[in-house]
Amino acid sequence: MNSISNKAAIVGVGVSGFSKDSGRTELRMTCECIKAALDDAGLVPLDIDGIVKHTDDASDEHSVTSSMGMGNLTYFGESRWDSAPCSMVLRAAIGVATGVANYVVLYRAVNGSSRRRMMPSMRASGQMSTSDLLQWTYHAPFGLMSEAGRVAMIVRRYMHEYGINSDQFGWVTTVCREHGAKNPNGMFYNEPITIKDYLESKVIVDPLRVMDCHEEADSAVALVVTTVERAKNLRQKPVYILGATQSQLSETEEKNSYYRPVISGLPEMGHMGKRLFAMAGVGPKDIKVAQLDDSYAPLVPMQLEELGFCGRGEGVAFCEGGDRIRVGGELALNTSGGSLGEGYLYGMNHVVEAVRQIGGTSTAQVKDADLVLVATGAGGPASGLILGGSR
Amino acid sequence: MVMEYIPGIPLLRPYIDLDSEGFWEGVKQHKLVFQKCKYCGLLVHRPRPMCPRCLSTEKEWVPSEGKGTVYSWVNFVYVNAAYPGIKVPYAVVVVEMLEGVRMISNMYDVKPEDIYIGMPVEVVFDDIADDLTLPKFKKREV
Amino acid sequence: MSMQYNTEHPIPTPPRIWENMGFWEGIKEQQLVFQRCKECGTWIHPPRPTCPKCRSFEKEWAPSTGKGTIHSWVTYRESPHPSFKAPYSVVLVELEEGVRLVSNMVDIKPEEISIGMLVEVVFDDVTEGLTLPKFRKVG
Repeated sequence: MNSISNKAAIVGVGVSGFSKDSGRTELRMTCECIKAALDDAGLVPLDIDGIVKHTDDASDEHSVTSSMGMGNLTYFGESRWDSAPCSMVLRAAIGVATGVANYVVLYRAVNGSSRRRMMPSMRASGQMSTSDLLQWTYHAPFGLMSEAGRVAMIVRRYMHEYGINSDQFGWVTTVCREHGAKNPNGMFYNEPITIKDYLESKVIVDPLRVMDCHEEADSAVALVVTTVERAKNLRQKPVYILGATQSQLSETEEKNSYYRPVISGLPEMGHMGKRLFAMAGVGPKDIKVAQLDDSYAPLVPMQLEELGFCGRGEGVAFCEGGDRIRVGGELALNTSGGSLGEGYLYGMNHVVEAVRQIGGTSTAQVKDADLVLVATGAGGPASGLILGGSR
Repeated sequence: MVMEYIPGIPLLRPYIDLDSEGFWEGVKQHKLVFQKCKYCGLLVHRPRPMCPRCLSTEKEWVPSEGKGTVYSWVNFVYVNAAYPGIKVPYAVVVVEMLEGVRMISNMYDVKPEDIYIGMPVEVVFDDIADDLTLPKFKKREV
Repeated sequence: MSMQYNTEHPIPTPPRIWENMGFWEGIKEQQLVFQRCKECGTWIHPPRPTCPKCRSFEKEWAPSTGKGTIHSWVTYRESPHPSFKAPYSVVLVELEEGVRLVSNMVDIKPEEISIGMLVEVVFDDVTEGLTLPKFRKVG
């Protein structure tokens, strides 16, 4: 069906860790992570002939190339929105599967907490995109300004249609923090929470609590992708890309999709999920561990429903008590802690964790994890990966 | 001096970050310094977080002799293609320093029509404003 | 209660360009208008160059009854922006014509807002240069 399935593999990972202040520029973190990813794979900069980045990432290909002594580039890719992590891997996989490039590096570096970054934007066009225009014209003047508020508008509708009350979202954050408490790379190492802590946390934009929302962080990640043939000769056991796909539908906006008939779901996730499972030739029952977009806790039960792990309106029941979604349960979620329990890097660490699960090096390892699903971009254009330890 | 700035129009200040602050600290103190890799000794300009030869992030700022030659140059004559804060005509040069690195700058005391490729030059510092010093070049006698 | 603004901070003002002009001109004249396709009559909001149903480029600005129901809402307990004083609510209203509009309520407490509540448009001259459409409870 889809020609790139099983043609590419992730062969190297580099991470910077999470902090409130990295003490360095985003470009430096990018370079450090790419270097670590190359060392992980057993490659050198001149091996890299493809670069994939996030549209909003300040570290341009030029600076990365000239800082790292790369010099042979033939393939480039860019992805935008919160769906970028999985779609960047897709871009890299396409580059190698088609033979346009041999080794592609993808990265993301954000000083989201310390804000050590270049403002205002010096982007060539200097202008707003049409989707920014929607936000600034029809939402901002009414005070609908933070991303949390924009997501809350969708969550309210989800609660209304399925008879859910906001307390029920607490198990998502609780389990993410449990997993994150085991992870020295994250912001909440040794700091789990209980459901009581969640229920006592204050509401910031009704119906969302502080503990429903991710915190800004300084962090960076880089990954190296190559063909499954080349992967055999490198340092690490390859992580095969069995499925990689994206989705955008009519009336999709980035956490601003208020204008279509039903706003209480994540249809892009549903659309993406069907293609993803078909590409990989597996179904929800085959997945024992998944990294879902937990930038906001309520998005997790919504994704469980859209991806077919449970029926409509059953997402919060699936998470209730945490037993089904923690390590040892039938579908371990966000085993590094995810955005809520490890740190926020727009979903990049979810891809890293999937790689670690397959490699057997996760800090909350699921036994015999040979197939991991990643979903990024809940509430906007969505993307997903199914990674495997065998082809 | 040759460059004339138009009052009332602010000059763009260089964006200075952790990777480049050593260079601009030097300029403020009227010293021309370049990034040198502590591990392998490679000199680079413009400043960057990592040595492109050996990938070390350890660097030091070493003083330059300040001498070089004009490698290339342009003369802005058309006001609409120039920066509004600078009176046309004004020249912009690429100087190749004796150390091997290149940098963009202006001539301090040489009119555009007198500039030529290969012209020996040396650095001077122009304190344009309280918060803006720029390295510029004057003709060097050899 | 209604929205409270910190007047020392400029309120984000809608950029007046292209497709949006007709909407905001209507608001200035105390009229809630939406784009409507001339070919197939579909009401369109937010404004865009083509009709999403029939792809026609021919549209007109047609007056709305201004009546609708609350489809969803949020209440900010902490303000995300210096212009807006928390707590305040933002509503998503579904107008009778079928389009939806993000807005604020007037003369109502956050706890009184509910999905399905009947509302009608009013116009708030927030500042000299900015009038915004808002909604009040009907009945």
